[in-house]
Amino acid sequence: MIGLFKRDLALAVRAGGGFGLGLAFFLIVTVLVPFGVGPNTGILSTIAPGILWLGALLACLLSLDRVFQLDWEDGSLDLLATSPLPLENVAAIKALAHWVTTGLPLVVAAPILGVLLNLPGPGYGWLMASLALGTPALSAIGTFGAALTVGLKRGGLLLSLLVLPLYVPTLIFGALVVTRGAAGLDATTPLALLAGITLATIATLPFAAAAALRVNLR
Amino acid sequence: MHMTVTDLACARGSLQVLAGVSFPLSPGQALILRGPNGSGKTTLLRTLAGLTPPLSGKIVAEPDAIAYAGHADGLKAQLSVAENLRFWAGIFGGSGIDDAVSAFDLAELLDRPAGELSAGQKRRLSLARLLVTGRAIWCLDEPTVSLDASNVARFAAAVGAHLAGGGSAIIATHIDLGLPQADILDISPFVAKSLPVSDPFSDEAFA
Amino acid sequence: MSFWEYANPRKFMATSAMLLPWVATLAALCLITGLIWGFFFTPDDFRQGSTVKIIYLHVPAALMAINAWLMMLVTSLIWVIRRHHVSALAAKAAAPVGMVFTLIALFTGAVWGQPMWGTWWEWDPRLTSFLILFLFYLGYMALWEAIENPDSAADLTSVLCLVGSVFAIISRYALVFWNQGLHQGATLSLDAEQNISDVFWYPLLVCIAGFVLLFVALVLYRTQTEIRVRRLKALIAQERMA
Repeated sequence: MIGLFKRDLALAVRAGGGFGLGLAFFLIVTVLVPFGVGPNTGILSTIAPGILWLGALLACLLSLDRVFQLDWEDGSLDLLATSPLPLENVAAIKALAHWVTTGLPLVVAAPILGVLLNLPGPGYGWLMASLALGTPALSAIGTFGAALTVGLKRGGLLLSLLVLPLYVPTLIFGALVVTRGAAGLDATTPLALLAGITLATIATLPFAAAAALRVNLR
Repeated sequence: MHMTVTDLACARGSLQVLAGVSFPLSPGQALILRGPNGSGKTTLLRTLAGLTPPLSGKIVAEPDAIAYAGHADGLKAQLSVAENLRFWAGIFGGSGIDDAVSAFDLAELLDRPAGELSAGQKRRLSLARLLVTGRAIWCLDEPTVSLDASNVARFAAAVGAHLAGGGSAIIATHIDLGLPQADILDISPFVAKSLPVSDPFSDEAFA
Repeated sequence: MSFWEYANPRKFMATSAMLLPWVATLAALCLITGLIWGFFFTPDDFRQGSTVKIIYLHVPAALMAINAWLMMLVTSLIWVIRRHHVSALAAKAAAPVGMVFTLIALFTGAVWGQPMWGTWWEWDPRLTSFLILFLFYLGYMALWEAIENPDSAADLTSVLCLVGSVFAIISRYALVFWNQGLHQGATLSLDAEQNISDVFWYPLLVCIAGFVLLFVALVLYRTQTEIRVRRLKALIAQERMA
């Protein structure tokens, strides 16, 4: 299992675009927003929590179709499926690797982008906490979506269509944490609900993803 | 390690391609699958490897006994030859990387990224992977594609050594590997002539 | 004689062919009666005026939008557990019908909301959850279309339906947390006391019965079509093999 995780990290680093691309996308989305809504810092600081969460969500979405596609194309997925490693573990490891290469950098970069959008002072801690607790759910849900669409020729667009509605609760609670936090309120309740969603998705979706992979491999 | 296949029917997509396949496979035995293109050799191998569920029939083998190698090499271009082998050895919990390297003459290529190898070299690497899986039954789909004569001999020697060590192999190939222990299984007689009886949409269409 | 015999396509085709004219006729009767009764023979609401009459389309459509998904969930489960092809095809057949009901509910809601709340659209939890339900229908249908092998498509869409149902419920509660909403309380509720007077209630019941029957008729008809498509494919495959 650790071997698969290490290999995925090595591939992400060497192939380029693993760590960098999602982050760059996050940066560009965030930078584009003021061009769209105007430079008014008051408005920007109001919408900053939502924009940052939405940017992080889209950046996660961007790299999802690579989660299984490359392994499927070069036959590695067939070999993994016949290996002693259960596909459930493969799916869980893939989700973890996706989070480490995509979600984790976003958590670290988000406060810097928060400055660009004038996010109010108390919001920064909540922003990092909510992204750290919420992005694993994005990776787990996304891995499930990737498993559903792995064999399809134009899976990328379909993947977004399938995954985005599933992202709704995570986005709602995640952005709510930051909105409340930035307003100086206590955001423990939505944060706890967010953590609940993350734990539930991590615990259950690898099984659904493995079931989908088995169907797609046959 | 024994494997017994009884009255197996396999499907590609939702279409039945083979029916009534039966054979025993004993340790030290190699089975060469023959049959025209599209007759279902790949489907049979994928079914035996457990990737595709059989439509009906039974495959009796010990769990985790089968190593599968298909058309695709299953290599990562960004990883070196050694890293690729180490990864699969780690996944299968096998050892014997050194044996695999010497069997397929990969020593000089160990540090090269797999993406820079020629097609034949990639094939050798993907066949070397079979040795590090430590699995007893090899299911190989056209393993000699893009191998030159000397490397085909190398491959035949590796299969021979595997059989001598009590392993067995099912190989879909058109080349004569010169293996004395090899039996030939022509699958043409098993090619399905009709939809499976269990197909719920066929019963009435012809009623 | 077991219920599962209807999972056999031949049996299903025979039974549904017998039922379909009756169900369709009843659906038409109920809809015509209910809608005419509701639109022309009920008084205006003392607060909402004549706009309240859209309730005869809105409430049954919304009800069936959710029930269609529920039916897909049940039939998907039957496919996953018992591998009955008709069940999977019924789920496939129900999706577009459910999606159209969702659209009707959204559209009539917008038309009703304009005079009542002064806006066509409001990010109210109820409205928003129907929008999300619509997206779920879209994704489900797109996945069916994208996969060539019908059995794989049935498997994958079933998994999506199961996971989607759980997420739909979570979304529903997340939305309540997110925004308290303008939408009036439930028109129909099993536990609360009746909050609609009999004058409106009876024609509404007839309309609901009409929508349920319409749904059943459409799903039966569409499932028949799906079965015919599969038979045709079986015939072509048989032709090619022989």
